Amino acid sequence: MATFFGEVLSVYSRAVEEDDEELIEEENEEDQEIRRELEEKREVHLHWSTEVSESLKSGSKLPCSEFVLAVGHNAARFLSVYVLTSTKWDKVGHASVWNEMSQAATGQTGVESACVFYRQKDNPSVLICQVTCHIAEDQLFQWTEKVFDCLQHRELNVTVLSDSSVTEYKTADYLHCRSAPFLCSLHTAAFSGQSVCQSLEQPNIVTGLPAAVLNHCEVHQIAAVLYQCYSDVIGPDSVTMETYKPALTKLAKSIQLDPSPSKDVFRKFVRTNNIESNIYI
Amino acid sequence: MFISLLNASPCFKDFTLVMPAVAVGNVGQLAVDLLVSTLNMSRVGYMHTDCLIPMAGNNPYATCKEDAEELHTPAEVYTAAELNLAVLQIRAPIVQTKSKKFRQLLMSWIKSSGFSRTIVLSSSHAYQRDDQQLQDTPLRYLATPSLLKGSAEALKELGWREMERVPAFPGLTDASAEPRLHIPGGGITKGLYTDSCAEDLRLAVLLLFCSEGDNVPDAFTLVNHLNDWLHLLDNPNIHGNKWKIPTSWSLLFGSGIPPALF
Repeated sequence: MATFFGEVLSVYSRAVEEDDEELIEEENEEDQEIRRELEEKREVHLHWSTEVSESLKSGSKLPCSEFVLAVGHNAARFLSVYVLTSTKWDKVGHASVWNEMSQAATGQTGVESACVFYRQKDNPSVLICQVTCHIAEDQLFQWTEKVFDCLQHRELNVTVLSDSSVTEYKTADYLHCRSAPFLCSLHTAAFSGQSVCQSLEQPNIVTGLPAAVLNHCEVHQIAAVLYQCYSDVIGPDSVTMETYKPALTKLAKSIQLDPSPSKDVFRKFVRTNNIESNIYI
Repeated sequence: MFISLLNASPCFKDFTLVMPAVAVGNVGQLAVDLLVSTLNMSRVGYMHTDCLIPMAGNNPYATCKEDAEELHTPAEVYTAAELNLAVLQIRAPIVQTKSKKFRQLLMSWIKSSGFSRTIVLSSSHAYQRDDQQLQDTPLRYLATPSLLKGSAEALKELGWREMERVPAFPGLTDASAEPRLHIPGGGITKGLYTDSCAEDLRLAVLLLFCSEGDNVPDAFTLVNHLNDWLHLLDNPNIHGNKWKIPTSWSLLFGSGIPPALF
């Protein structure tokens, strides 16, 4: 595509090639073997603690009344700063996901901390999951199926917190009337509560893991609400994290927020951007 | 997998199914949007599958504040019982490695639901047309032999052009090479058609040659073309355009312009 100024831009094409499939049918055994191995490697694996995996093996699913899923660095760190430090939480498992983006993660520790499940000690039916890794488009459905397959669906309430860039937010009146960061919500038909912010209006949509979880909950009639935070800051920052606060006030009975986390906690989770990333050194 | 929204699964017996193929410019999907919003079709179920990339949003056909907050998923089925019409809307691209699986899923659902016929709305790259395809209208159709048995007359009356087969090796005169069906940028269109021919399904493809860009006019062209056959709306172009544009089509080219620019 050429613009007014003559530069040529490569644009994302929605067109799909029909010949791909014919090629797949023509490929030899070795190609198929590679394809199979790749597919196996891309499978999502859940690793639960011994106690949990034993109970899952015996056929009883994890009792769960509140499931809070945080997707993205700000959402995940919001939970780390305001929730996971205040009450006592157990790490009960993690999910490992391999895809084209995961090479950058450093070693085993990186993989293990990218998608972690925590359970409240006093009330084991409260579950938290933090996801900071990239989950590829073909893995989203599988991740959701596998995780929800481990949870009891009766009286389950799902809250999803998700990061997004304000540049992705579409509105007719230019953004001057709304100051970023702000929250928008989207909920399934089974959700009966009152949302704490305005609803995400069309033509805005959500994609990725939050969408996969909402789809699953809608189809299986689980009460779920998504709070999408539109922020204008790249990388984790405390103002964006604070935006999520009202989203969890509804869950005050089961999840207590630390009203004023200490500076040290913040420092641990909000690193100032590396100076190297600035072009004006 | 089709999941019904109602307690009892809906009856599609003798219904006509209209569905898009995710293709160049999303013309089929836009045309289906026009059908759903204009005919006030009601949602009866979801197509819940790992073959589509997940997306979610509020009601794309919202008419007032009350019905705006309603979660919608990547693939949903709508019906207009009085017209014996069902529509499958697909809102997300197909996961690249799973297009064959998705086709099989659709085929088995179509067969088990008892639709009287299926119409696929699709598009193909305009720039890949050959000399004969460049002439006349950009609209084409394809019909399986079993559909032609009953509808050949109707299609003949409409005076539509069938999609041309193109030589496998253009420029080479090889008598042994049979001309083949080629729908570049048409996604699963060709696969659905050939599968339906093989399995004796009553299926037609309506397609339009187009390029990516503002494809709203293309959607109107395609939906009017479909209406010539199905007569869902009477004279849609007299007294202005009767097709109703859904609210989700707003801001197709991004947000408003910053006033500080001027």
